Amino acid sequence: MQPTNVYQGMFAETIPLRGANSDIINAYFARPLGPGPFPGVVLIHHMPGWDDWYFEATRKFAAHGYAALAPNLYARAGHGMPDDVAAKVRAAGGVPDDQAVGDVEGALHFLQSLQYVNGKVGVFGTCSGGRHAYLAACRVKGFAACADLWGGGVVMSAADLTPNRPVAPIDYTANLSCPLLGLFGEEDHSPTPAQVAQHEAALKQHGKQYEFHMYAGAGHGFFYHDRPMYRQAQAVDGWQKVFAFFEQHLRS
Amino acid sequence: MCTMIVNQVAVEGYGKGAGGWFDVRQANVAYDHPFHAPLEHALTIDFVNEALGPSARVAVELTPAAARELVNTILTVLERAEVGGFLEESHG
Repeated sequence: MQPTNVYQGMFAETIPLRGANSDIINAYFARPLGPGPFPGVVLIHHMPGWDDWYFEATRKFAAHGYAALAPNLYARAGHGMPDDVAAKVRAAGGVPDDQAVGDVEGALHFLQSLQYVNGKVGVFGTCSGGRHAYLAACRVKGFAACADLWGGGVVMSAADLTPNRPVAPIDYTANLSCPLLGLFGEEDHSPTPAQVAQHEAALKQHGKQYEFHMYAGAGHGFFYHDRPMYRQAQAVDGWQKVFAFFEQHLRS
Repeated sequence: MCTMIVNQVAVEGYGKGAGGWFDVRQANVAYDHPFHAPLEHALTIDFVNEALGPSARVAVELTPAAARELVNTILTVLERAEVGGFLEESHG
C-alpha cells in the first residue's frame, strides 16, 4: 500500500514467451510504470489453470512494485476457457515436469533481460504451481527466492511417479539454490502436515535456508477468495509473509 | 493436478456443450480439485472430443456419494431397458 499522494500506475498485457524446447507459449505480464529498477517474480499457476485468480495475483505483484510474469503452462493443450484447457491437461496426467521447468526458465530469462529489472527474480506458485516453483528453484540457477504455497506432490511415493513426473521434487533438495518460503494449511490433504514435515527435514538435512508456516484452521488453497476454502485471516497473514519474504530477498 | 487420479475411457455418444451438440469420443473420470463445486476434491467427469479442441467438453463435478448413486442408477436403468427388450447395443 502506498501513501495516497504517491503516483501509482501499471501496465499489463498478454505476451508471447519462449518456453521449454524454444516453444512459443503465452504469458501474462504486469509491471509498474516507471524506470525501475524493479525486482522480478515468475508466477506459476495452479491446477485449475491460467485463470482469473492468477491474472489478479500477477497484477497484485505489479502493484507491490514487481515486474511479474505468469506463463501459461497449459498453452500447448490448445486454447479455450481456462477450465476447459485445464481439464484437458488434467486428463493427460498434468504437464511434464521437464516442460514446466523449461517454461519457468524461459520466464526467468525474459525478466532478466529487461533493463528495468534489478537482476533479482523470485518464483511463486500455489497448488501444482507451488510444486513447480520448488522444482524450478532446485533445477534452474538464477532465482533469488522461492515461495511454495501448499504445493502438493513435493513428497511422492515410488507408486506416484509417472513418465510426466519421474522424480519426486524432494529428491532435488540438495540442489535448491535460493531461500524458500512455504505456506501450508493444517487441514490440507495434499500436502499433508506429515509430508510438509518430511520436506522440512530434507531442507534441514541439506542446510537450506527456509521458513515454513503451518496455518491452523486452513486447508488447501486458503488464499482463493473465490472458493469456499478461503480463510480471511490466514490469507491476509500469508500475503504479508509472501511480500516480506520477497522484499527481503529481491529488493535489498 | 494434486491427486493425479484420472482414468480415460473411449465412449460413443453425444453431448451438448457451450457450442451445441457434438460427438463425444472420450470420458475423463478424475478425483481431483473441481473448478466449480465447493469442495476440495470431487469426482469429475468430462465428456470430450479432443479433435474438436478443449471447448468440446460437457463437465460434471459430483460428491463421491452422488457419483456412486449415479453409477447404480445407470446400471438399474440399463437393466430395466434390457428386461423390457429395449436395449440397443452399439453399432460399433
